[in-house]
Amino acid sequence: MSGPFRLPSGGLIDRGRTLRFTFDGRAFAGHPGDTLASALLAGGVRLMGRSFKYHRPRGPLSAGSEEPNALVTLRSGARAEPNTRATVAEIYDGLQATSQNRWPSLRFDLMAVNDLIHPFLAAGFYYKTFMWPARFWERLYEPLIRRAAGLGRLSGEADPDGYDKGFRHCDLLVIGAGPAGLMAALTAGRAGARVILADEDFLPGGRLNAERLEVADMPGADWAAAVVAELAALPNLRLMPRTTVIGAFDHGIYGAVERVADHLPEPPPGRPRQVLWRIYARRAVLAAGATERPIAFPGNDRPGVMLAGAMRAYANRWAVAAGRRVALFVNNEDGLRTAADLAERGVEVVAVIDARPEGARLPGLRHLRGAEVVATAGRLGLRSVTLRHSDGRRETIAADALGVSGGWNPNLQLTVHHRGRPRWDEAIAAFVPGPGGPPGLAAAGAAAGLMSTHGALASGRARALEALADLGIAARAADLPRAEDAPVSLRPVWHVAGARGRAWIDQQNDVTVKDIALAHAENFTGAEHLKRYTTLGMATDQGRTGNVIGLAVMAGLTGRSIAETGTTAARPPYTPVAIGALAGRSRGKAFRPVRLTPSHRWAEEQGAVFVEAGLWLRTQYIPRPGETHWRQSVDREVLATRASVGICDVSTLGKIDIQGADAGAFLDRVYANTFSTLPVGRCRYGIMLREDGIVFDDGTTARLAEDEWVMTTTTANAVAVFRHLEFCRQCLWPALDVQLISTTEAWAQYSVAGPNARRLLERIVDQDISDAAFPYMAAGRVTVCGGLRARLFRISFSGELAYEIAVPARYGDGLIRALVEAGRDFDAVVYGTEALGVLRVEKGHVAGGELNGQMTALNMGLGRMVSRKKDAIGVVLSGREGLTDPGGHRLVGVRPVDPSAGLTAGSHLLEPGAAKVAENDLGWLTSKVYSPHLGHDIALAYLRGGEARIGSRMRAVNLLAGTETEVEITSPHFIDPQGERLRG
Amino acid sequence: MAEPLPPRTPFGLAEPLRRRIGPVGIVERFDLALVSLAERQGKAEAFATAARAAGIPLPGPARRAEAPPFAAFWVAPGMWFVEAPLDTHPDPVAALKPVFGAAASLSEQTDAWVRLELAAGDLAPLLERLCNVDYATAPDGFATRTLIEHLGCYLIRLGPGAATLLGPRSSAESLLHAIETAAAAIA
Repeated sequence: MSGPFRLPSGGLIDRGRTLRFTFDGRAFAGHPGDTLASALLAGGVRLMGRSFKYHRPRGPLSAGSEEPNALVTLRSGARAEPNTRATVAEIYDGLQATSQNRWPSLRFDLMAVNDLIHPFLAAGFYYKTFMWPARFWERLYEPLIRRAAGLGRLSGEADPDGYDKGFRHCDLLVIGAGPAGLMAALTAGRAGARVILADEDFLPGGRLNAERLEVADMPGADWAAAVVAELAALPNLRLMPRTTVIGAFDHGIYGAVERVADHLPEPPPGRPRQVLWRIYARRAVLAAGATERPIAFPGNDRPGVMLAGAMRAYANRWAVAAGRRVALFVNNEDGLRTAADLAERGVEVVAVIDARPEGARLPGLRHLRGAEVVATAGRLGLRSVTLRHSDGRRETIAADALGVSGGWNPNLQLTVHHRGRPRWDEAIAAFVPGPGGPPGLAAAGAAAGLMSTHGALASGRARALEALADLGIAARAADLPRAEDAPVSLRPVWHVAGARGRAWIDQQNDVTVKDIALAHAENFTGAEHLKRYTTLGMATDQGRTGNVIGLAVMAGLTGRSIAETGTTAARPPYTPVAIGALAGRSRGKAFRPVRLTPSHRWAEEQGAVFVEAGLWLRTQYIPRPGETHWRQSVDREVLATRASVGICDVSTLGKIDIQGADAGAFLDRVYANTFSTLPVGRCRYGIMLREDGIVFDDGTTARLAEDEWVMTTTTANAVAVFRHLEFCRQCLWPALDVQLISTTEAWAQYSVAGPNARRLLERIVDQDISDAAFPYMAAGRVTVCGGLRARLFRISFSGELAYEIAVPARYGDGLIRALVEAGRDFDAVVYGTEALGVLRVEKGHVAGGELNGQMTALNMGLGRMVSRKKDAIGVVLSGREGLTDPGGHRLVGVRPVDPSAGLTAGSHLLEPGAAKVAENDLGWLTSKVYSPHLGHDIALAYLRGGEARIGSRMRAVNLLAGTETEVEITSPHFIDPQGERLRG
Repeated sequence: MAEPLPPRTPFGLAEPLRRRIGPVGIVERFDLALVSLAERQGKAEAFATAARAAGIPLPGPARRAEAPPFAAFWVAPGMWFVEAPLDTHPDPVAALKPVFGAAASLSEQTDAWVRLELAAGDLAPLLERLCNVDYATAPDGFATRTLIEHLGCYLIRLGPGAATLLGPRSSAESLLHAIETAAAAIA
């Protein structure tokens, strides 16, 4: 027998097999079918955790996912997972479980001193204490409080297991496999509908597994097993055990976490630990059952005090007696079932303390009517219960377990995920699903407030039939199996009045009746205020056992009804979800996809250093042997390019094919400057404005034929520009004949720049590319390497004689190798984005730092490009008064007066002598590089009244870096301002 | 004159990729030309006539149709991707432009995509971990754009156990990693 509290027979466990596990290092045994909590209870362990704030000894309150107390850390090392509920953790051979939030041990916890000073730690204490001195809060008080309070600790190691995600589709999603869910699934499954039946438990059946009630004249658990067997054989039904539906999202999409391998020592190779499913359901039935709620009375948190339904579940499903001498405290008929079941199984029931004064008494048991529990005793576990009889007389009874039933709350959380408000149902004294829930979702069974087995079966069938009728799927109503239909017969008792001592409402957060009273006294009476002031209903259990009692106590204090008091909004997830499950496969190197350029493998061979540009990995620079600092590599690449020739992969620039009879007119409308007049075989630099006149993007567009253009965008804006153009085409000017398609990925494109660029390309390109045949800003189709089709553009970002050559991407690797080979005797270099940046800053070209979403063409010194002869997006608003101020920002160059002085990127420009305050800020450095040609730092900057200040001296001040440099304002064109090189 | 350039697959290899992970086979196709074919405004009749003359099928939304040597799938209103063997159509735009003239816009897409043929007894368990397409109920010839690990892809159903996946060329390795991870999870 696996433990002294295991009953000799019964239970849905496999007694033929024994599983060994440890709790805090101590060895225990259980059986397949056991949870950690059931196996520990069987082994005589009631103390499983310490409470959040007061470190009070706690045992399991429940037998399900609502558990507030029995939080443990499962597994060890990198696989350690804190804050898991022992009540739902399946045991396996070798499981290691550890208690948390105690020091040095669970039985002897020094932090329990908090319990002695509890008057100082009442609700909101941290708002009132630790106020002085202020700087102690962050440094001392908060870390201390956080250390003393809390849950388990993370291992700090990377999770070695994988997580996955996926998408499933169905006609009907049935959430919960209790009697209502099984009946709904059976009805829809037999009708041939695509059904997903998800249940958080590893054993479908819901409460039927925990009861002795009969369904169809057989034990409920047997009926459930038979139905599950039938469902499992249906090809159109997918059974998803160990799967919690965590939220109802838009358009019939439900989130569900499937625990694939949590019940195994470790996942099989390649398999994920958990899968986050997005379930697309045309209709859904919420059959999530109900959660029993306790009653608040002094000392109601001792290990041994648990919900009556949980006590019954432990006895019936797991064959575990919660104690040797069991008492019950109930206010409804369901609680009496526990007494009957325990007595039937031979457990001594010492008293049934029934708050309801009237009614029949249970035969053969000490059934006390009109009585209430007023106190309990026992340090690490319950020893006795003190009750107050209906006549006021007190009596103390020795008992090591006390089952409490204050009624049941429907698990309606998913129905309020779309902000639906639950409705208060006086008959069962509980919130039930109200109107305004997620479209297509209907609650059945206990989740809908129908608390009998018959009610569950009938409503499960009815909701399924309604959903199928909605979907036009013909279905036959299956016969309803015979089942009990007992009334709830409940007399609300939220807390026992007139008893001294702390009565716990939210056991996870150590919220007592007094805390609610304090919140009331301080006017935090609204449901949401109450939650935030007292922490009622927070943390891993989301107050599933405590919320309604807390609200009821508040209602009693304010004199309002519970319906008027309302309830807090439940939000996803229904139960805690591991961050790993949300991340899925997106971790480490696979956190997001990467984009590799056609020259990537060649660059890797050269030992290139790569930089992320969006998803792209671009060559940043390629160090050569002996170079120990990136600047050495970059300076060399820059100097070699200007001295001879450099090659750069520019495939990442966006490329958009624009075709159609009206393509030219279209370009005139999206670009601020004119394109329709561009001859075939030429390209032009263009700037694109946002509607508000601010520059959106820049690039060159070439005309390859009368009705065919290819636009180049910046790397960063490739997608945004395409999206913008599609919007313009489809929504603004649908009458224009324009077709768009991205060809960014289709072409490998290299810039070849420098005085020897033409000579190098002449070895590659099959056609004549002399200056006469292919002048500056020419563009067209050529062939390379003996007939391979290519595109050639004579454009320059570096200020040098430069071309961009494009071939179909599959030849990109070959082309970079061919270019390098052809350039060998020119000492050609391949340069990366750093050198690219230096070259363009030396030339005064704008890029990311200048295209910052705040500046107009005028600010960039490109004001004349904005054509007034035609209308284009942004042109009108770019002429707004505030944007055309002659004293506004202008693009300028900046160099240090002392060439040996460095510039700091992001520095602000101030007049000499001006105080370093925001009012004196006249501009800032947008891009800063070291120019190996000039031998000192240079920068581009936006400066108020910039043109007029060229030649003047200012200060570049960076308060973050603590630098200040005297600078001279210059033209932004540091090299070849006349552009003679690029026309060479 | 320089040597002819050797082509490389999106994985940087000379030969197409072949992988098998558990029940899933992944075979890269590197021998098909792809071109976008878009109908120009007011040219519906000329466009349809040219397509007939060329023998190019024009299936409706979310469908692919074959008419050897061509196959085509719908990508947007008035727009199709046309496939043809690369050895017979090395420059598909040049081949088709004369047929369509000003009735269509053509743009080469061959190298914009990595093309993977997926095979398994049933591909639904793999694809349900990759994208939100309801593969099990989609008809053969179903073609749709979908998102796989943030990557815009085209998924074409050839049968319950055969599908074509077109993904962005530059992210071929990321896409392959996603497929391999999902395949291992169902292996």
